[in-house]
Amino acid sequence: MYSVRRWAVRHAGGLDKFYQGFETLLVKLHPLWEKIGYQRLERPVAKIEQLCKGLLFDCKMCGQCALSETGMSCSMNCPKNLRNGPCGGVRQNGNCEVKEEMRCVWVEAWDGNRKMQTGERILAVQLPVDFSKKGSSSWLSRVRDVQQQAVTESTAEHSSGKQ
Amino acid sequence: MVIHDEPTPGEMLPILTGHSSAGRLERVLRAGHFAVTAELAPPDSANPHDVYTRAELFDGHVDAMNATDGSGANCHMSSVGICALLTRIGYAPIMQVSCRDKNRIAIQGDVLGAAAMGVSNILCLTGDGVQAGDHPQAKPVFDLDCMSLLETVRGMRDKAQFLSGRKISDPPKVFLGAASNPFAPPLDFRPHRLAKKIAAGAQFIQTNYCFDVPRFKEFMARSRDLGLLEKVFILPGVGPMASARTANWIRNNVPGIYIPDSIIERLAGAKDQKKEGQQLCVELIQELSEIEGVSGIHVMAYRQEESVAEIIKSSGVLQGRVPWYPGRDQKLLQERARL
Ligand code: SF4
Repeated sequence: MYSVRRWAVRHAGGLDKFYQGFETLLVKLHPLWEKIGYQRLERPVAKIEQLCKGLLFDCKMCGQCALSETGMSCSMNCPKNLRNGPCGGVRQNGNCEVKEEMRCVWVEAWDGNRKMQTGERILAVQLPVDFSKKGSSSWLSRVRDVQQQAVTESTAEHSSGKQ
Repeated sequence: MVIHDEPTPGEMLPILTGHSSAGRLERVLRAGHFAVTAELAPPDSANPHDVYTRAELFDGHVDAMNATDGSGANCHMSSVGICALLTRIGYAPIMQVSCRDKNRIAIQGDVLGAAAMGVSNILCLTGDGVQAGDHPQAKPVFDLDCMSLLETVRGMRDKAQFLSGRKISDPPKVFLGAASNPFAPPLDFRPHRLAKKIAAGAQFIQTNYCFDVPRFKEFMARSRDLGLLEKVFILPGVGPMASARTANWIRNNVPGIYIPDSIIERLAGAKDQKKEGQQLCVELIQELSEIEGVSGIHVMAYRQEESVAEIIKSSGVLQGRVPWYPGRDQKLLQERARL
């Protein structure tokens, strides 16, 4: 919903902090997720994610959430799917070039970003969207990424320790 | 003035050390000359001569010309097609690539094809929304955005691989450009967005129409503070407005164009509005060329392409330099013989 979406941007700081805590919890529960099986979890978790984030952010379930990089303004609501900042067409009043009655999601993102502690993340270049991930849970994929990273780091340390 | 490395159509110039392309635009910019680029009006026809006659209008006054890719979301001859014709006779096009109409498979294919034809400059754009043009019913693609497009083409060039990781045996040697609009909100985000574009691979920047010089100066100062000016060549965009009415129409109907009231009033108050528009353009070029970090100028003379040569000449920014065009050296020799 548009008004809730704008509320979320106004409270980007709090939401970001909440999410950071939530993510840490999800990562900690990795052994549990593994026991149940990530594949089995995928559908129900994606459904819950869609409900929560759909309500709050008008989430489009791209499966590779960038809300922490976009000031809690979902960039998939940009009619041009821009993931890296506002296009040149933003109207002088801050509204969208394509949807005249909507505020540009990147004008919103810039506002939201200022309220977040991790504000510099909006400056990172985002890679092309992986459309094959559409509809999948980005929470679960995030947990697996973090887990994977920890494993690679520890094996790297391990092998360098051997030498 | 004969350049010994005069291009032979179909054959590339050597790539100088520290350069990414064989192109003349990169050479001019890296040599520290003030560069001039102009937008070629894409024909609504399948006639190659329409392209050549439009290109000829710029002979001797521009270092490269932009082949637009459905700009304003209007349908015209494709940028790849225009580039194919231009490179055939040695012109230096800047191929615009917009993310609106093609996905990553099509775009990467076009980049290879273009580089094979001798295109040395690629301008990566997001593109105007389809609502702005003559086919609002079209399906917008936007598979990539200008930033990921820059990264993609840079990866093709520097890592010799497609986005998928598959190898490219002969990578496209291109000079990478991007657009910037210092005049659209959020204004304080714009210099940071420029920083992102540079991080993604942009080597030169062409901006939207620049009518508000103080605002542009502010943008440049912020970019300098971010340390961007040494990393990129910036060519602000200018163009003559035919009348106050046209300027007003453009401001209200073309996305991303900001024209202050003072400009419209100046045009409206003039006896010959068209002349005044050209005069204004000359003044803007002179004023912009003085700003720190400005490496050249990009002229978009929509429906007034025939006035570009005169505007550039009056501005004096080329300082006697005659950019290459087919047959230039022969012509210069003849002129010299006549003297
Ligand atoms: S104006 Fe903003 S929301 Fe609209 S297309 Fe451009 S970047 Fe996206």
